[in-house]
Amino acid sequence: MVAKILIWMAAFFTMAVMALIIFQVLSEGLPVLSPRFFLETPRSMGREGGILSPTIGTIALTVVAIIVATPLGIGTAIFLWEYTREGRISRIIRFGIGCLAGVPSIIFGLFGFVFFVIYLNMGWSILSGGLALAAMILPTVICTTEEALKAIPYSLREVSYSLGGTKWQTVTRAVLPNALPGIFTGIILGICRSIEETAVVILTAGSSLIIPTSLFSPVRTMSVHFYILAREGISMEMAYGTGAALILLVLFVNIIANWLLNRFIRKKA
Amino acid sequence: MSLSNKISVKEYNFYYGSFHALREINLDIKVNEIFAIFGPARSGKTTFLKSLNRLTDLIFESRHTGTILLDGMDIFDSKINLTDLRRRVGMVFDLPIPLPMSILDNVTYGPRLSGITQKKRLSEIAEKSLQSAVLWEEVKDRLHTSALRLSGGQQQRLCIARTLALDPEVIVLDEPCSGLDPISTASIEQTLTQLKKDYTIVLVPHNIQQASRVADRAAFFLNGDLIEDGPVYQIFTKPRDKRTEDYITGRFG
Repeated sequence: MVAKILIWMAAFFTMAVMALIIFQVLSEGLPVLSPRFFLETPRSMGREGGILSPTIGTIALTVVAIIVATPLGIGTAIFLWEYTREGRISRIIRFGIGCLAGVPSIIFGLFGFVFFVIYLNMGWSILSGGLALAAMILPTVICTTEEALKAIPYSLREVSYSLGGTKWQTVTRAVLPNALPGIFTGIILGICRSIEETAVVILTAGSSLIIPTSLFSPVRTMSVHFYILAREGISMEMAYGTGAALILLVLFVNIIANWLLNRFIRKKA
Repeated sequence: MSLSNKISVKEYNFYYGSFHALREINLDIKVNEIFAIFGPARSGKTTFLKSLNRLTDLIFESRHTGTILLDGMDIFDSKINLTDLRRRVGMVFDLPIPLPMSILDNVTYGPRLSGITQKKRLSEIAEKSLQSAVLWEEVKDRLHTSALRLSGGQQQRLCIARTLALDPEVIVLDEPCSGLDPISTASIEQTLTQLKKDYTIVLVPHNIQQASRVADRAAFFLNGDLIEDGPVYQIFTKPRDKRTEDYITGRFG
């Protein structure tokens, strides 16, 4: 009985905190939202105008991060789970991934700044930011993919082998299609983390308000925009508007992802 | 040629790590017969079956000694193509494990892996295999629905069809009826006796009665030893070994 009350309270407080934050941001921010807010670039440092260029920046960075991290992450997970026996090498790699997952994002930002921005001379750009974000979300993609692979019963692989499948055919035709929903979840997590990330981006993609024209253009993302508006006291109103738009974007991504996933599962079952 | 040996097992031993799972097995399986392998749990029956198409290769830290000949060819020879071997010796597992895809895709999985892409050719193979497995009439109108929607008995016959689609020479079945009701069991047994014309069948029956119903010859395994083998009528009426008799009459197992 006591345990039940405690568990209920834990769940209640979690929900309450989340609801409070969302309510706060939306109640302040929603009135700011209008079609013009989404379609105009910020003027006078963001005091006026909209959030078109930060929105484009957010999407561009996320796309680069996902394009880089997805094949790398899925490949690593397949290597770890399907192609190696548990041993020294796989243990070292797993340990590395675990460490990577625990590193604070500002460190990824610093790494991206030193390595991509300065050493590889990419400057503050979509590419630098996207690559740094990719490094940050890589552990998430690897771990969720590996969990998804682990959930596929061994018997399914055995069937594929017994039907004359090679290892590669077994992995690509029998295992991966079934692990897809789990892998997809990992990618969605990666997308959401990329969208909301601030520390990495501010150090690697810059904070330009101009609409980017190439992979080497510097950009400001929505979360960085929010941070600068609020931190430098430029406009709390615009900051909340950006925050609300950010929450809606994440919500939108999740809804679309769920819808796609359900459609995929229903098609198979 | 009906008396020639399809499979010859000679002094075959198999180890899981330090566990000696099969001991000095010597056994001949003839062309176009149903050969039953029975015995209590953990006797090495499944290990023996999986040795026949080298699925045992997948087991970590296992090793074997001795040889298994398929049509006189050593299946452990380094020149053997493993994929070809597994197509020649098709396997049906104890539980129906349809791949989570459509009925048609399940049946054509093997042929597609071997590089057949023509739709027409694949659907011919599918129809022929499903007919041989006595499933065609039940599924011909819904080949594109998921195999997971079939009943247990239908799934197992689908698994048999999937193996037949490989056009194998030997079919190895590991307790193919263990999860099934008596009616499904009867239809699978009927299927097996029909298939005997064209294939050599090695079967681990899920009980002794099944062995006596469908098999021509049988072997009794106990704790990794082959106790005795011979024609079914002889094993079940005049077993040479006391342990076989005890097992058949239900004194243990």
